[in-house]
Amino acid sequence: MACFLVPAAEAAVVTIAAHSLELAEQKKAQRLTLSGDHTALAEENPLPWSRKLKWLTYLLWGGVLLLAFEHVWHGEVTPWFPFLTAAANPADMVEMFQEMATVGVTMAVIVTAVWGVLVACASLLLKRSDRAELAR
Amino acid sequence: MTLLITVFAAVFATAKWYNRKDDSLNLAPLCFMFWGASLMWLADAIFEYMELGADYFTPALEDMVNDAYLGLSVVALALVVWLVILLVKDPQGTVRAALRKGKAN
Repeated sequence: MACFLVPAAEAAVVTIAAHSLELAEQKKAQRLTLSGDHTALAEENPLPWSRKLKWLTYLLWGGVLLLAFEHVWHGEVTPWFPFLTAAANPADMVEMFQEMATVGVTMAVIVTAVWGVLVACASLLLKRSDRAELAR
Repeated sequence: MTLLITVFAAVFATAKWYNRKDDSLNLAPLCFMFWGASLMWLADAIFEYMELGADYFTPALEDMVNDAYLGLSVVALALVVWLVILLVKDPQGTVRAALRKGKAN
Protein backbone atom coordinates (compact mmCIF):
# COMPACT_ATOMS: atom_id res chain seq x y z
CA MET A 1 0.00 0.00 0.00
CA ALA A 2 2.63 2.52 1.08
CA CYS A 3 5.28 0.38 2.77
CA PHE A 4 8.05 2.02 0.71
CA LEU A 5 7.45 5.33 2.53
CA VAL A 6 9.28 4.01 5.63
CA PRO A 7 12.58 3.26 3.81
CA ALA A 8 12.05 6.55 1.88
CA ALA A 9 11.94 8.46 5.18
CA GLU A 10 15.08 6.64 6.35
CA ALA A 11 16.77 7.42 3.01
CA ALA A 12 16.03 11.14 3.42
CA VAL A 13 17.52 11.21 6.94
CA VAL A 14 20.61 9.18 5.91
CA THR A 15 21.17 11.42 2.84
CA ILE A 16 21.27 14.53 5.03
CA ALA A 17 23.59 12.78 7.52
CA ALA A 18 25.93 11.60 4.74
CA HIS A 19 26.15 15.09 3.23
CA SER A 20 26.89 16.81 6.54
CA LEU A 21 29.47 14.14 7.42
CA GLU A 22 31.14 14.55 4.03
CA LEU A 23 31.38 18.31 4.58
CA ALA A 24 32.92 17.76 8.04
CA GLU A 25 35.45 15.29 6.59
CA GLN A 26 36.38 17.71 3.79
CA LYS A 27 36.92 20.51 6.33
CA LYS A 28 39.10 18.22 8.44
CA ALA A 29 41.21 17.23 5.41
CA GLN A 30 41.58 20.92 4.45
CA ARG A 31 42.69 21.78 8.00
CA LEU A 32 45.29 18.97 7.93
CA THR A 33 46.59 20.12 4.53
CA LEU A 34 46.90 23.73 5.72
CA SER A 35 48.66 22.69 8.93
CA GLY A 36 51.08 20.54 6.89
CA ASP A 37 50.42 17.48 9.05
CA HIS A 38 51.33 14.92 6.40
CA THR A 39 51.41 11.93 8.78
CA ALA A 40 47.84 12.60 9.88
CA LEU A 41 46.81 13.07 6.23
CA ALA A 42 48.42 9.76 5.26
CA GLU A 43 46.63 8.04 8.12
CA GLU A 44 43.25 9.32 6.92
CA ASN A 45 40.67 6.55 6.68
CA PRO A 46 40.44 5.32 3.06
CA LEU A 47 36.84 4.29 3.75
CA PRO A 48 35.27 7.29 5.52
CA TRP A 49 31.82 7.12 7.13
CA SER A 50 30.36 9.49 4.57
CA ARG A 51 31.19 6.92 1.83
CA LYS A 52 29.72 4.08 3.88
CA LEU A 53 26.55 6.09 4.48
CA LYS A 54 26.33 6.82 0.74
CA TRP A 55 26.13 3.07 0.10
CA LEU A 56 23.11 2.96 2.40
CA THR A 57 21.47 5.90 0.62
CA TYR A 58 21.98 4.21 -2.77
CA LEU A 59 20.47 0.96 -1.44
CA LEU A 60 17.49 2.78 0.08
CA TRP A 61 16.75 5.26 -2.76
CA GLY A 62 17.25 2.54 -5.40
CA GLY A 63 14.87 0.19 -3.64
CA VAL A 64 12.34 2.96 -2.97
CA LEU A 65 12.33 4.02 -6.64
CA LEU A 66 11.66 0.49 -7.91
CA LEU A 67 9.07 -0.20 -5.21
CA ALA A 68 7.28 3.08 -5.95
CA PHE A 69 7.05 1.91 -9.58
CA GLU A 70 5.56 -1.38 -8.40
CA HIS A 71 2.95 0.54 -6.38
CA VAL A 72 2.04 2.63 -9.43
CA TRP A 73 1.75 -0.66 -11.39
CA HIS A 74 -0.72 -2.02 -8.84
CA GLY A 75 -2.67 1.23 -8.74
CA GLU A 76 -1.76 1.96 -5.10
CA VAL A 77 0.02 5.21 -5.97
CA THR A 78 -1.57 7.77 -8.30
CA PRO A 79 -0.18 10.98 -9.83
CA TRP A 80 -3.12 12.98 -8.40
CA PHE A 81 -4.11 13.95 -4.83
CA PRO A 82 -4.06 12.22 -2.31
CA PHE A 83 -1.43 10.20 -4.30
CA LEU A 84 -2.07 7.07 -2.23
CA THR A 85 -5.35 5.33 -3.07
CA ALA A 86 -5.51 3.99 0.50
CA ALA A 87 -5.60 7.57 1.81
CA ALA A 88 -9.02 8.10 0.21
CA ASN A 89 -10.97 6.41 3.01
CA PRO A 90 -10.28 5.93 6.76
CA ALA A 91 -10.65 2.12 6.77
CA ASP A 92 -7.97 1.72 4.10
CA MET A 93 -5.80 4.26 5.90
CA VAL A 94 -5.72 2.10 9.05
CA GLU A 95 -4.63 -0.88 6.94
CA MET A 96 -2.02 1.29 5.21
CA PHE A 97 -0.49 2.45 8.50
CA GLN A 98 -0.50 -1.13 9.76
CA GLU A 99 1.39 -2.23 6.64
CA MET A 100 3.86 0.62 7.03
CA ALA A 101 4.49 -0.38 10.64
CA THR A 102 5.07 -4.03 9.80
CA VAL A 103 6.29 -4.53 6.21
CA GLY A 104 7.78 -1.02 5.83
CA VAL A 105 9.76 -1.17 9.07
CA THR A 106 10.98 -4.70 8.24
CA MET A 107 12.18 -3.46 4.83
CA ALA A 108 14.15 -0.64 6.45
CA VAL A 109 15.60 -3.00 9.08
CA ILE A 110 16.65 -5.66 6.54
CA VAL A 111 18.32 -3.11 4.22
CA THR A 112 20.13 -1.45 7.15
CA ALA A 113 21.24 -4.83 8.56
CA VAL A 114 22.62 -5.96 5.19
CA TRP A 115 24.40 -2.59 4.84
CA GLY A 116 25.90 -3.14 8.31
CA VAL A 117 27.27 -6.53 7.22
CA LEU A 118 28.61 -4.93 4.01
CA VAL A 119 30.41 -2.20 6.00
CA ALA A 120 31.86 -4.76 8.45
CA CYS A 121 33.13 -6.94 5.58
CA ALA A 122 34.60 -3.94 3.72
CA SER A 123 36.44 -2.73 6.86
CA LEU A 124 37.74 -6.24 7.50
CA LEU A 125 38.98 -6.60 3.91
CA LEU A 126 40.74 -3.22 4.10
CA LYS A 127 42.42 -4.11 7.41
CA ARG A 128 43.54 -7.46 5.97
CA SER A 129 45.05 -5.86 2.86
CA ASP A 130 46.79 -3.21 5.04
CA ARG A 131 48.31 -5.97 7.18
CA ALA A 132 49.43 -7.88 4.08
CA GLU A 133 51.07 -4.71 2.72
CA LEU A 134 52.86 -4.08 6.01
CA ALA A 135 54.14 -7.68 6.09
CA ARG A 136 55.76 -7.21 2.62
CA MET B 1 8.55 -13.67 -9.69
CA THR B 2 9.38 -9.95 -9.41
CA LEU B 3 11.74 -10.74 -6.52
CA LEU B 4 13.37 -13.55 -8.47
CA ILE B 5 13.93 -11.43 -11.60
CA THR B 6 15.35 -8.55 -9.52
CA VAL B 7 17.71 -10.91 -7.64
CA PHE B 8 18.98 -12.32 -10.94
CA ALA B 9 19.51 -8.75 -12.23
CA ALA B 10 21.35 -7.84 -8.98
CA VAL B 11 23.63 -10.89 -9.20
CA PHE B 12 24.39 -10.24 -12.88
CA ALA B 13 25.11 -6.51 -12.30
CA THR B 14 27.35 -7.30 -9.30
CA ALA B 15 29.29 -9.97 -11.24
CA LYS B 16 29.78 -7.46 -14.06
CA TRP B 17 30.93 -4.81 -11.50
CA TYR B 18 33.42 -7.30 -9.99
CA ASN B 19 34.80 -8.16 -13.42
CA ARG B 20 35.15 -4.50 -14.51
CA LYS B 21 38.43 -3.22 -15.92
CA ASP B 22 37.74 0.39 -14.89
CA ASP B 23 34.86 2.50 -13.57
CA SER B 24 33.84 3.75 -17.00
CA LEU B 25 30.45 2.00 -16.85
CA ASN B 26 29.65 3.29 -13.33
CA LEU B 27 27.92 0.02 -12.41
CA ALA B 28 27.77 0.60 -8.64
CA PRO B 29 24.45 2.57 -8.68
CA LEU B 30 22.82 -0.21 -10.72
CA CYS B 31 24.01 -2.88 -8.24
CA PHE B 32 22.77 -0.86 -5.25
CA MET B 33 19.42 -0.22 -6.95
CA PHE B 34 18.80 -3.90 -7.69
CA TRP B 35 20.01 -5.10 -4.26
CA GLY B 36 17.95 -2.44 -2.44
CA ALA B 37 14.78 -3.46 -4.30
CA SER B 38 15.54 -7.18 -3.84
CA LEU B 39 15.90 -6.77 -0.07
CA MET B 40 12.69 -4.76 0.17
CA TRP B 41 10.76 -7.34 -1.87
CA LEU B 42 12.27 -10.04 0.32
CA ALA B 43 10.65 -8.37 3.35
CA ASP B 44 7.38 -8.27 1.39
CA ALA B 45 7.78 -11.97 0.51
CA ILE B 46 8.37 -12.90 4.17
CA PHE B 47 5.07 -11.30 5.19
CA GLU B 48 3.24 -12.87 2.27
CA TYR B 49 4.68 -16.28 3.19
CA MET B 50 3.55 -15.81 6.80
CA GLU B 51 0.04 -15.09 5.51
CA LEU B 52 -0.26 -17.72 2.77
CA GLY B 53 2.08 -20.46 3.93
CA ALA B 54 3.14 -22.99 1.31
CA ASP B 55 0.58 -21.52 -1.14
CA TYR B 56 3.01 -18.66 -1.63
CA PHE B 57 5.17 -20.97 -3.77
CA THR B 58 2.31 -22.07 -6.04
CA PRO B 59 0.93 -18.87 -7.55
CA ALA B 60 -1.74 -18.83 -10.24
CA LEU B 61 -0.40 -18.67 -13.79
CA GLU B 62 -2.01 -15.27 -14.43
CA ASP B 63 -0.38 -13.80 -11.30
CA MET B 64 2.96 -15.28 -12.29
CA VAL B 65 2.83 -13.80 -15.79
CA ASN B 66 1.81 -10.40 -14.43
CA ASP B 67 4.61 -10.51 -11.83
CA ALA B 68 7.15 -11.52 -14.48
CA TYR B 69 5.98 -8.64 -16.69
CA LEU B 70 6.35 -6.30 -13.68
CA GLY B 71 9.81 -7.72 -12.92
CA LEU B 72 11.02 -7.11 -16.47
CA SER B 73 9.56 -3.58 -16.40
CA VAL B 74 11.37 -2.91 -13.11
CA VAL B 75 14.66 -4.08 -14.66
CA ALA B 76 14.04 -1.85 -17.69
CA LEU B 77 13.33 1.17 -15.43
CA ALA B 78 16.49 0.54 -13.39
CA LEU B 79 18.57 0.26 -16.59
CA VAL B 80 17.15 3.54 -17.90
CA VAL B 81 17.92 5.29 -14.56
CA TRP B 82 21.46 3.86 -14.63
CA LEU B 83 21.96 5.02 -18.24
CA VAL B 84 20.82 8.56 -17.35
CA ILE B 85 23.26 8.62 -14.38
CA LEU B 86 26.04 7.33 -16.67
CA LEU B 87 25.38 9.97 -19.35
CA VAL B 88 25.13 12.78 -16.80
CA LYS B 89 28.29 11.73 -14.90
CA ASP B 90 30.04 10.90 -18.19
CA PRO B 91 33.12 9.25 -16.57
CA GLN B 92 34.92 8.73 -19.89
CA GLY B 93 34.02 12.18 -21.24
CA THR B 94 32.34 10.63 -24.30
CA VAL B 95 29.28 12.90 -24.17
CA ARG B 96 31.40 16.03 -23.66
CA ALA B 97 33.69 15.01 -26.52
CA ALA B 98 30.71 14.40 -28.80
CA LEU B 99 29.23 17.80 -27.88
CA ARG B 100 32.54 19.57 -28.53
CA LYS B 101 32.89 17.76 -31.86
CA GLY B 102 29.39 18.90 -32.84
CA LYS B 103 30.28 22.48 -31.92
CA ALA B 104 33.39 22.39 -34.10
CA ASN B 105 31.43 21.23 -37.17
